[in-house]
Amino acid sequence: MTAAGDGHAPVASSPAPPLLDVRDLRTGFETDRGLVKAVDGVSLSLEAGRTLGVVGESGSGKTVLSRSIMGLLPRRGTVREGSVRFEGTEISHLSPKEMRAYWGAQMAMIFQDPMTSLNPVMKIGAQITESIREHLDVSRDFADDLAENLLASVRIPEPRRRLKEYPHQLSGGMRQRVCIAVALACGPKLLFADEPTTALDVTVQAQVLDLIRQQQDERFMAMVLITHDLGVVAGRADEIAVMYAGRIVERASTSVLFADMKMPYTEALLSSIPKLGEPPHSRLATIPGRPPDLVNPPPGCKFAPRCAYVQDRCREEEPPLLDASPGHQYRCWFPVGTPEGAAAFERNRRAGLVAAAAIAAEPVAAGPAAAPPSDAAGG
Amino acid sequence: MPEPPRDLLPGTPGDVADELVADSLAGGTAIGGFETELAAVALGPEGRRRKGLGIGAWIAIGWMVFIVGVAVLAQLGLLPVGSPTNVVASCARKGPFANDGTASGYLLGCDGNGRDMVARLAYGSWSSLVVSTGAVTFGFLIGGFLGLIAGYVGGKIDTVISGAFNVLLSIPAIVLALALVAYLQASTKGVSGNQSGFFHDPKVILILAIGVVSVPLLGRITRASALSWSQREFVLAAKAQGARNGRIMVREVLPNVLPAMFSIALLGIAVAIVAEGTLAILGVGVKPPTPSWGNIIALERGNLNSSPHIVFEPAILIFLTVLALNYLGDVVRARLDVREAGI
Repeated sequence: MTAAGDGHAPVASSPAPPLLDVRDLRTGFETDRGLVKAVDGVSLSLEAGRTLGVVGESGSGKTVLSRSIMGLLPRRGTVREGSVRFEGTEISHLSPKEMRAYWGAQMAMIFQDPMTSLNPVMKIGAQITESIREHLDVSRDFADDLAENLLASVRIPEPRRRLKEYPHQLSGGMRQRVCIAVALACGPKLLFADEPTTALDVTVQAQVLDLIRQQQDERFMAMVLITHDLGVVAGRADEIAVMYAGRIVERASTSVLFADMKMPYTEALLSSIPKLGEPPHSRLATIPGRPPDLVNPPPGCKFAPRCAYVQDRCREEEPPLLDASPGHQYRCWFPVGTPEGAAAFERNRRAGLVAAAAIAAEPVAAGPAAAPPSDAAGG
Repeated sequence: MPEPPRDLLPGTPGDVADELVADSLAGGTAIGGFETELAAVALGPEGRRRKGLGIGAWIAIGWMVFIVGVAVLAQLGLLPVGSPTNVVASCARKGPFANDGTASGYLLGCDGNGRDMVARLAYGSWSSLVVSTGAVTFGFLIGGFLGLIAGYVGGKIDTVISGAFNVLLSIPAIVLALALVAYLQASTKGVSGNQSGFFHDPKVILILAIGVVSVPLLGRITRASALSWSQREFVLAAKAQGARNGRIMVREVLPNVLPAMFSIALLGIAVAIVAEGTLAILGVGVKPPTPSWGNIIALERGNLNSSPHIVFEPAILIFLTVLALNYLGDVVRARLDVREAGI
């Protein structure tokens, strides 16, 4: 995560480099207004077989981060700096031609919307075998058998028949299973799941997430699970990185993050999850305001305009990533759950700051540590 | 998928098909009464996208099968008609309803030289169809190839290809075709004295000339469609699985672009039939005595007063064929519109 970031990983003593090591990755898009800094100095590392949850609201740079790591962004108009190491090999400067050896075979991606990430005029079987035949030197029959096994392993009934069907003949959940099968086809070591359940019914979400988890365990595959929903990563990620305005603002192992969050943004995200215990028709908690302009970001902390704890210092000086405990970093001058933070919050509440008033109405979130969602402990 | 650009086809009788559809809807209203009217209103402009093909499409298909069948059978010598070049001087300019007994064996009368109009039209349909489909096939392949590359690759390559298309489009189509015919005739004559080679066939020259004119029309449709399909997520997904660009173009993008290309190609054949006739009237069409719909009109256009049937018979064939093709083009577009058919 940071320069000293490897120290927290459970296998840190191993001399082998981490599966994925990203350092100070910056990705921007040239526009008429100027450079949009979508990813601004992100560092992270991921060991084989582990899961990193990347959480943030729309426009926080989650998707750009994953595509930038994979090198899938269009070259034209994109500025990309920093280092991406995969199994110790620097891949950030490789051409698309050289990256093709990694795409599909070493790292794969599941996209958000299964409605648009399958080709409507190609049979399911052809879409799965396409990458198998590209990367593995196997016969057509063998690839077909492999595709059938893959469909069976993502629990699609009658896989042999489905191979000959078109995407429109499948339901949304089935299509996302097909997308998972496509991504898994060549046995990648690293899987990016970019909001894999956002387009699905809530009833299917858990099934698909469990399926991804199960496949991950069977294949000892590392995963970057991107989502805007803390509830999705709570039980499934080993570590969580919270992104805001293209930066990581808090990073910790899942249990630590939910038990001892330091960043007001994390707290605000958590308190905006509706809770079952609330009476009907209660007002849903929101984070007031909107993410900052990424062309001309304000000085100081990027979250300051929306923060319940904001002080003058936050508007002038950007906090660096500070260590709370080994493996737990945050970016805040007045962190949640500290005397400074409590004092800052109290000052704002008395002054009638909108953000503070919104959080004060939330009995859970105003405390030093918000209760994690029920399945958080398992993470 | 973009609307087939009516505006790109100057003089396209595409509106005719729309009117036909509108007429058929209106006719249905009058006959079917209130329920049909409700249905027509509820379906609105999408009304023609129904399950079956509809009677109009079947009539159009029937007509095209008939015309193509006649052309092929005539060319194979299997059609029970006389020779298109057999002259019976006494029948010259006799209309189909001539009562003096001289032209009794000729269903559609005779032309200015006393040749059987049925045979002339049957054999002529071969020339007209070969030239028009050949030209559109040429445009389909070349324009489709260039358009696909321009739309998928983009950048400088797109700028160059689109620029070339625009230059070609800026020249009036008939002027361009005339110039190309003149150039091709001159240059093939220069190659050798032998006038019987492949490139000396006037039909081949016409195919090339009209084909070049149709390249930018088909190319721009393909480019626009390929551009929008290339930005779909499944293209990125294929890329993320390590597919090569060529493979993505051919296997992911092209199948989605083909419906738009086919529907515009059908309209293009209709335009090419008219273009062949126009070039014939301007004196550079299929060379007599080989008949084509265009040169039958061209030969006798001065005698419209005395023997109108010679001009009107091929003109009616052209009209019906163009109408059928336009209608089919619309039907194909409506039915194969993958995006709206629900992905």
